[in-house]
Amino acid sequence: MENVLDIISWGLMICGGAFSIIGGIGMIRLPDVFSRMHAASVTETMGATTIFIGLMVQAGWTLTTVKLLLMLIFMMFTNPTATHAIARAALGEGLVPLSDGDEEDLSDYVLADTEMMAPEPDDKEPEPSKT
Amino acid sequence: MMFGAAAAAVLVTMSLAMVRAIKGPTVYDRIVAASNFGTLTVVLIAVYGFLSGRPEFLDIALVYALINFIGAIAVSKFVQFGGVQRPLGEDDPGDI
Repeated sequence: MENVLDIISWGLMICGGAFSIIGGIGMIRLPDVFSRMHAASVTETMGATTIFIGLMVQAGWTLTTVKLLLMLIFMMFTNPTATHAIARAALGEGLVPLSDGDEEDLSDYVLADTEMMAPEPDDKEPEPSKT
Repeated sequence: MMFGAAAAAVLVTMSLAMVRAIKGPTVYDRIVAASNFGTLTVVLIAVYGFLSGRPEFLDIALVYALINFIGAIAVSKFVQFGGVQRPLGEDDPGDI
């Protein structure tokens, strides 16, 4: 039983390391901000999740497993949220994803969004705080 | 042995993320790379806790995950708006 759990844990952690390195290579080689975000997401969800599950198998039914599960759930919620926020900031800045011709028309959305979100021009004084 | 292999893989990925953070052409590349670096730091702390036989390190990893999330959100909002306050001048409270 010990050996079986060790082998499962070993395989899961090797898979997690492989996913991490694949995501890292993708972050070096891919051509564009959004595709690099995609590569980083491989590392952040798949690699970290698989390594954590391997550690959980290693830890058994202890408090350590509960902590690992808590971290796992937290990271599954927050990493996509942070990536979404960064991607939205990049779109609002005006960066457009690379595509091979038949792209969707993102410019209306981006420009309207940018005008709505943009701060006041520099020559105006900013309003005093309302508090 | 197996923890060492996982830690080595995470360290290799951290170095790749650091390369992207140094040479990234836009600021968003750097933010993504830094956020990814933080996530890998969390994984590395957890694995190191098992490697050295002290799983209490997981508490530190949990706190680091919290800080990493707040940092990524705050930096992306700062870059987009030039500050962390709500957008000035409109009634729109912003999205994040």
